[in-house]
Amino acid sequence: MSHSLNHAAILETKEAFGETTLIVDPARIVDLCRNLKDSEQYIRLSGITAVDMLPSEPRFEVIYHLHSLERNQRLRLKCRVSGVTAPDIPEIDSVTGVWRAANWYEREVYDMFGISFRNHPNLTRILMPIDWEGYPLRKDYPVHGYKYSYPSE
Amino acid sequence: MKHSFDDHTATIPAVQETPATPAAPRRMTLNMGPQHPSTHGVLRIVLELEGETIISAAPDIGFLHTGIEKEFEQKNWQQAVTLTDRVDYLANLSNNLVYALAVEKLLEIEIPPRAQWTRVMMTELSRLNSHLVWLGTHALDIGAMTMFFYCFREREDILRIFEMFSGQRMMTSYIRIGGLALEPPRGWQQVVGKFIRAFPSKVDEYEELLNANPIWTRRTQGVGYISLEDMLDLGVTGPMLRGAGLNWDIRKSEPYSSYEKFDFKVPVETSNDVWSRYRVRVQEMRESAKIITQALEGMPEGAWQADAPHVVLPDREKMKTQMESLIYHFKIVTEGFRVPAGEAYQCVEAPRGEIGYYVVSDGTSKPYRVHMRTPSFGNLQGLPKMLEGIMIADSIAALGSMDFVLGDTDR
Repeated sequence: MSHSLNHAAILETKEAFGETTLIVDPARIVDLCRNLKDSEQYIRLSGITAVDMLPSEPRFEVIYHLHSLERNQRLRLKCRVSGVTAPDIPEIDSVTGVWRAANWYEREVYDMFGISFRNHPNLTRILMPIDWEGYPLRKDYPVHGYKYSYPSE
Repeated sequence: MKHSFDDHTATIPAVQETPATPAAPRRMTLNMGPQHPSTHGVLRIVLELEGETIISAAPDIGFLHTGIEKEFEQKNWQQAVTLTDRVDYLANLSNNLVYALAVEKLLEIEIPPRAQWTRVMMTELSRLNSHLVWLGTHALDIGAMTMFFYCFREREDILRIFEMFSGQRMMTSYIRIGGLALEPPRGWQQVVGKFIRAFPSKVDEYEELLNANPIWTRRTQGVGYISLEDMLDLGVTGPMLRGAGLNWDIRKSEPYSSYEKFDFKVPVETSNDVWSRYRVRVQEMRESAKIITQALEGMPEGAWQADAPHVVLPDREKMKTQMESLIYHFKIVTEGFRVPAGEAYQCVEAPRGEIGYYVVSDGTSKPYRVHMRTPSFGNLQGLPKMLEGIMIADSIAALGSMDFVLGDTDR
C-alpha cells in the first residue's frame, strides 16, 4: 500500500501490518478530510473512535478509519488532542460536513470519552442516558461506574 | 431514565398531536418502540407524521448498551473472545473471527489451513443462521407466518451443528486467538454434509412461497428506497449496498482467512428496495451453501491450532509429560499471553455488513482498547433518510429490510 499524500496537516506517516496511519494536526483535520474525500476518493468513513492514553500528554487520540472503494484501500487518521477546559474536555472540529456518517460516531466518542466536536449538529449522548455523569471509556473511570458502585464489605 | 434524540425534547408522551392550522396540516409525533415487536430488539423511533406519511424519523438507541468495550479492557486477550459473541448474537462467529484475526495480526502468528477453512465454514453457517432469522422474522412482520416456521426449522439444524462443534448453540466462542476452541468433532462431515445437501431445496421452498406471492411482492417492491450516494455517505454497508447495485463484498475485495480459495459469486441487485435486499440475501444463502460444500469437500488435513506455544494452550497429554508444555500451560492460564504493543484494524463481511475491530495493545496481557465498528450502528444512521416520506405501514417493511441487531448497535 503506498500513499503519496502531501498535505500540510500530515505530521507523520506510519506503516504497520499493511495499514497506513497518518498522524494529523487536529487544527486542520476538516481540511485534510475534505481533500481526501474529494481528490483521493476516500468516499467512505468507516468509523471514528478514540483512545485514552492516560497519563501521556496529549491525552487522547481521535482515530478516523477511511475507506476508498475505487482504490480498495483503507487509511487511518490519528489526531492527538488534550483537554482545553475543565474537567479536561478536549475539542476538535467535527467532520460531519464531510461525511454525514460522522454524526453518530462523533456523538459516541463524545458520550464515551468526553471529547467535544465543534460545529456538530447535535452533540448529545447517544448510548448512555442523557443525564449520565462521567465518560465511561476513560481510563480513570471505574468499571462499576460512580453512581452504582457496590458498597465494599 | 431519559434519552436524547434528534430535534425532540427528552420527555414527550407516547402520542402527541398538534392541531391543524390553515398554514400547516395536523401533525402527530408517534413513539415507535422501544418495545415494538418489529424493531427486533429495543429500538425507539420517534416518528413525525402527517396523516399516515412519515415526515421525519429519529432513531433513539442505547437501550441495550452494556459497556462491552469497557469490559474488554478488564479481560485478558483470550477471555475477551467470549464478549465478541454477545455483540451480534446472530453473527457470533463473524465477531469471533474478526477479533481473532485482529489480534493474530498483532501477534504475527500463522493459522494452519485446516483452522482457516473450518473458520470459513463456521462463519458461513452463521451467515445462513442470521439470514434465516432475518427472512423468517421479516416475513412475519409483513404477514407471512409460515416462513417463520420454515426458516427456524433449518436454523435449528445449524444450531445443532454449532452445538456439536463448540458445545454451545448461540454463544459459541468457537474461533479463538491462535485457531479454534476444540478440534472439529468426529463425524462432523456427515452432519454438515447432510444439512448442506438438503439446504438448497429448502431455499427453493422459501422462494416458492414468496417470489410469486402477491402480498409479499406488493409490500416489498418499490418500498424503502434510499439512494446509493446517501448510503455510502451515511455509513451503510452490506446487503443494503449490494441491493443498490454496488458490487462490494469484503470477502472478495480484502480476502481474509483464505476466502480467496473459495469459488463464489457476490449477488447484486439494482432495484434498491426491500425486494432487492430480499433477493440479495436469498442468493447469498445459496452462495454460502456453495462455500460450505467446498469447505466440506476440500477440508485440508493437519493442525487446527497455530504452532505458537506462547499463545495456544498445549495438548493435554504433552502438558502432563513435558516440562516445557507445563510451564506454557501455567503461564497462559494464570496470566494470559502478552501481545506486542501496536494497533490493528481488521474488517470482515458479516451478514449485516462491515464489522471492523480496531485493537490497541500496550504490550500487556489485556487489550488496551478495542473498538467495534458494527454494521448495525452504521446502517441505522441511514434509517431516517429511508423512512422520510413513506407511509407508516411501509416503515415496518423498510426498517426490517435493514436487518439490524440492537445488541450489535448498542454494544
